[in-house]
Amino acid sequence: MEIPRHWRLKKERYGLVGEECPHCSFKIFPPRDVCPNCGGEAKEPYVFSGKGTVYSYTVMQDGPAGYEEAAPYTVALIQLDEGPIVTAQLTDLGEEPIEIGMPVEMVTRRIRSDGDERGMLVYGYKFRPRL
Amino acid sequence: MAEVVIAGIGQTPVGEHWDISLRTLAARAMQAARRDAGGIVPQALYIGSFLSSTVSHQANLGALLTGNAGLEGVEGITVEAAEASGAAAFNLAYMAVSSGLVDSALVVGVEKYTDVVGSRLDSAVAEMVDYDYEAVNGVTPAAQAGLVMQRYMYEYGVPRDAFAAFPMLAHANAVNNPNAMYRKALRREAYDSAPPVSDPLNMMDAAPYADGAAAVLLVRSDALPSDLAHPLVRVTGSSVVTDRLSLHDRANILAFEAAGVSVERACRQAGILPQDVDLFELWDGYSIYAVLSLEAACLAPRGEGCRPVQEGWCNLNGRLPILTMGGQKARGNPLGASGVYQVVEAAQQLRGEAGKNQIPGARRALVQTLGGPASTAVTHVLERWDEQK
Repeated sequence: MEIPRHWRLKKERYGLVGEECPHCSFKIFPPRDVCPNCGGEAKEPYVFSGKGTVYSYTVMQDGPAGYEEAAPYTVALIQLDEGPIVTAQLTDLGEEPIEIGMPVEMVTRRIRSDGDERGMLVYGYKFRPRL
Repeated sequence: MAEVVIAGIGQTPVGEHWDISLRTLAARAMQAARRDAGGIVPQALYIGSFLSSTVSHQANLGALLTGNAGLEGVEGITVEAAEASGAAAFNLAYMAVSSGLVDSALVVGVEKYTDVVGSRLDSAVAEMVDYDYEAVNGVTPAAQAGLVMQRYMYEYGVPRDAFAAFPMLAHANAVNNPNAMYRKALRREAYDSAPPVSDPLNMMDAAPYADGAAAVLLVRSDALPSDLAHPLVRVTGSSVVTDRLSLHDRANILAFEAAGVSVERACRQAGILPQDVDLFELWDGYSIYAVLSLEAACLAPRGEGCRPVQEGWCNLNGRLPILTMGGQKARGNPLGASGVYQVVEAAQQLRGEAGKNQIPGARRALVQTLGGPASTAVTHVLERWDEQK
């Protein structure tokens, strides 16, 4: 069921909360224990705007357990306006073709089903074409 | 100076072995390598396996595999580095023997992929990506490869069909490998019409996961039996380098920095340059990864990694043969075991035992295994060794 595992990531998943390095002001998402830019300790929370552009994407024809019913689904690398890249699914695409460079924004969606296990649904960030 | 010498090699056919267990697969490869080495009892066993805990619900392989194969009491541990597990186990064995800690070490790479079926297998393999920030979003290794390939095509304007040359070469070479999973040439039309997996990547760009075990027995040159019937190969370089696990944490997802640095370090140990080798057993878990490996090793300019293969100079009779026994794509990809298969195949070439695929006069090989998109990169340099007394 992995409840603690998902619970402890609720700020990141629901609020796109990352970090700002107190030493060099580098913006970090996902959070890391050491700043990738200066090597200092990174632990100041920073709320990202949720705005970004598509850096790369792929359409998954089949999904692993918990994602089968979502298939086909689109996974992307999103370059956030503040700098970091985040991995997320794209959603609400409609008929619009996906392109690298396309502006997108964060929304909260169910990101994993419970399969047949009557277990926990996991919610988190996805990105949709910017409204 | 004492050399680290490959005294024995062994492998099982790669495929879906519903009737063979993890322990028996491993034992067959281990026994074959020991027989090839004149029956040496190794002082240590290093095991490379990625999925045994998840798929076979079996950990503590050191005790299981030594006990099952008549090596009770021998030091034995498992190394895990995703698909590079076997390659990392080889690195550990090389260190143990070259340091003088042991005179001989057996490496076995074993993967028993088919112990479960269905989408749970995809979840198991996805354990090699970042669970919290990639896998939870439905990312699998194939998704990572699709993301990398899409960006590569965008940045360099390379068409999708440029990648066809890699699986076609792999399949052509596997025809003569009795241990290969697919001993059949791949037609261009079959590549073009293959169904998408993680668009733009299609089924023919992805090496098929399978069961298999391969083993190598390393012995220090001053402890070698004098009556070995086959030519000898020595290890002159071996390097493990890691990159950030997630693609999103990398400054450039096309750089494959760990792949480049591990080639550089292994070659520096051997005192050679990458272009000084007669063959390069590289990692074609996905076609795009083989492209980026050639570029990271400075064997092709950035953005032009498809060209050497398209232009034929990676064929068996070309300037730099690759995937000489079928690579992961056509020999099959038994995940954590693949790195040991690659070493075995390179050793076959250097011994002159590669049959119809023999590269005439091959004396030096570069062998590289990647775990994920070069998240872990392991590179070895192997050389024919004729100086034995």
